[in-house]
This record gives sequence, structure tokens and C-alpha cells, in this order.
Amino acid sequence: MIFVEDKNLVVPGDVLADDEYHTGRGTFREGNKICSSLVGLVAVRDKKISVIPLQSKYIPKRGDVVIGEITDIRFSMWNLDINSPYSGILPASDVFGKEKRELNKAFDIGDVLFLRVVDIDEVKKVKLGLKGRGLGKFRGGILIYITPTKVPRLIGKKGSMINMIKDETKCDIIVGQNGVVWVKGEPEMERVAEKVINMIEDQAHTSGLTDRVRNMLYELLGKEIEEEKEDVDEEVPEPDIEE
Amino acid sequence: MAVIRCRYNMAPFSVGDRKRPGPDRRSVEISKITADALKPAVFLEKFPRSTIDVFIEILEAEGGTRCAGITAASVALADAGIPMRDLVVSCAAGKADGNVVLDLSEDEDKEGEADLPVAIMPRTGEITLLQMDGHLTSEEFDKALDLAVEGCKKINEIQKEAIKNRYGEENG
Repeated sequence: MIFVEDKNLVVPGDVLADDEYHTGRGTFREGNKICSSLVGLVAVRDKKISVIPLQSKYIPKRGDVVIGEITDIRFSMWNLDINSPYSGILPASDVFGKEKRELNKAFDIGDVLFLRVVDIDEVKKVKLGLKGRGLGKFRGGILIYITPTKVPRLIGKKGSMINMIKDETKCDIIVGQNGVVWVKGEPEMERVAEKVINMIEDQAHTSGLTDRVRNMLYELLGKEIEEEKEDVDEEVPEPDIEE
Repeated sequence: MAVIRCRYNMAPFSVGDRKRPGPDRRSVEISKITADALKPAVFLEKFPRSTIDVFIEILEAEGGTRCAGITAASVALADAGIPMRDLVVSCAAGKADGNVVLDLSEDEDKEGEADLPVAIMPRTGEITLLQMDGHLTSEEFDKALDLAVEGCKKINEIQKEAIKNRYGEENG
């Protein structure tokens, strides 16, 4: 038995289904019932039921790429704020190898870095690393903070949404899994990108978002809206899954 | 395990006679019972080495502020995306003028015979807060508790509605 439909909005404590379903993220089992633990939208896939949260804090996961800001320099590591309840550490050995150098010569407090989560231990000590393509320090640009669960929506299917913003504003944009977005381009274009990204965050749970983002971009950039395209795409409903 | 810290504070202008600002014996107690009432609902074990802070500022008091504080705090936790077993909802019952009544006002609380604040997790009916001030016979107590639980369930509907309204009608 299932008591909700796909894409229903639920609150903590709502009973979603009984025993025959599996618990996904955002849900828990109590007795023979599956309940929601979050405010979010229900997602049913086969026999697995989960709740996609509308608001969340970033909980680090191994392998994620994140954007962090250096908050402290210690004897052999940097401390970073990664927009999470847990702060991250970047060991000096990861940057210098075996060499001994002064840490503040490489990165100083306030620097913004693009990093990978290398490891997390059981008390959620987050180890970060800089090994990988494109990882390192940002120069210039602005930071925008969004809810981490809305990152997939901002990127879009195969990067469609983010590439559209990149193309239209001619900005470099990098999205961290922790909900921090780095934007660099012309100052006016940075502001346009910021507006659009904030709009996506506000409306991430609604359908037909890509079209509205396109229209907003054209409006902000003073371009003509392509009439035919708007008409065709507006009518496309969210795919409904029959249960 | 995460820690829940709570601070309940009344503004000096929230009551008839100006209240001296800062914590007093009453607000320290309410801070503690609010944290205790919310604790069973939150998945604290999911967030080791972290703290959840709850701040309750009372701007206008007319009875029932501790219950309102707990009810609002649990909605705020849900809205912040903190995983919870259930919303916590609170409501007081009591006895005023010889009658068992629900949700006492300030005068009913002061002049009345008893005050019984209750907080529950509505799905399971688990009680997370139960206080009693004054005198009730055991029959009156049972009656008042049932009445308070019933009130809680009504308020729970309003809590859910408040959360859902925040995210527009299309998903309501």
C-alpha cells in the first residue's frame, strides 16, 4: 500500500507507504510503516520510496567536488568553510608533498578553493584534496550560495541549464556539490547570472523551469524572446508516473 | 550525537508590566523543556559533532507562549531541512472557574486552578512534554490531557498547512 503519489509535498512524520516498499533517502521505517523525515517531494522508483528535500544542509560525501573558503591556518593544514555543519581540512602535505613551506604563502585566510572530498571519518572529520582536473584556487569572481539539494536542478539534464546560463552570460560558472556557485565574467553579467541562479533556487520544485529561465535571461539581456519556442515548450507538462 | 540548544526569551514589552530583560528562572526552565520536547523528534544521531540552535523570542505574551514556542520551533526545524521523526506540537489544557478548558489565556492561567501544557508527536501520540501547575483530580487530569491531545492534533494540521503553503499551491 502506498499513501502518497509521486511529486507530492510531504512534511516530517507523514506516513508514505507500508512494508512492501523500501526506504530511500529522506525516509525511515517505523514498525511496518515508512514515514518521511523531511519537507520535500516524494519520489517513487519501482519499490523504493524517497523524499527529495526542498531545503537542506550539505552533508559531505566522499568524492564530491565542493567550493570552500579558508577560515584558519594551522600548523600543518588549512581549515575550510564548506557551507556545511562540518568544516573541512586540507592537509599541507596534499599541496606541498614532502616539502616544508609556510602555509600562508600558498593559501591565505579568505581564499576560495575548488576541492574534492577525499575522506570522511566516523566523527565527520572532512579531509579535502586538490588532486584532480580543474581543482585549485579561484581568482576573482563572486560566490552564490544555494541549497545543496537544488544543485542538480541548477545543472539540469546533462548540464543543459548551466550551459545555457554560461552561453548567454559568457561567464565562467562552477557549481560545488555543497551548494556554492562561483561565477566570473563581466560584472554586469555576473549580476545577471546571480539573479537567474537565485530564481532557480526559489522555483526549483516547479515545472517548466528551463523555459522561464530562458525567458528571464533574454529579458535581462534585452534580447527578443523567440515566440514559437515559448509557445511549444510552455505546454509540456511534467511527466507523470502512474502507480 | 548532535546537541539541541534552546533559548526562550521574552521581550521587555511582551507583557503588561515591563519585564526586566535577560534570562530569569522561568525562561531558563522553558528553554530547557523546549529543548527536551524537541529532542525525541530529531534524528540527532545523524549529525555527530554538531549543534542545532533554537531561538524563541516572545514579542507579545498572552498565555500559552511555551506551547506556541515548541510548535513554531518544530515547524522551523522542518523548514530548515533537519530530518525529524515527526513534527512536535504543543497545546495546554487546564482548569479555570471550575471547568476543564483548552488553551488557557493569561487571565485563565493566573486566576484558574490548574495549567497543563502538553507536547506530543502526533503520528504516534508520544508525549514529549507534560507539565502541571495547580491542582486537578485524577478524573480532571485525564479529561484535560485528552482535551490537550485533541487540541494538539488540530494545531498539527495548521503546522502542516503552514509548511505546505510556503512552497506554493501547485503541490499543496
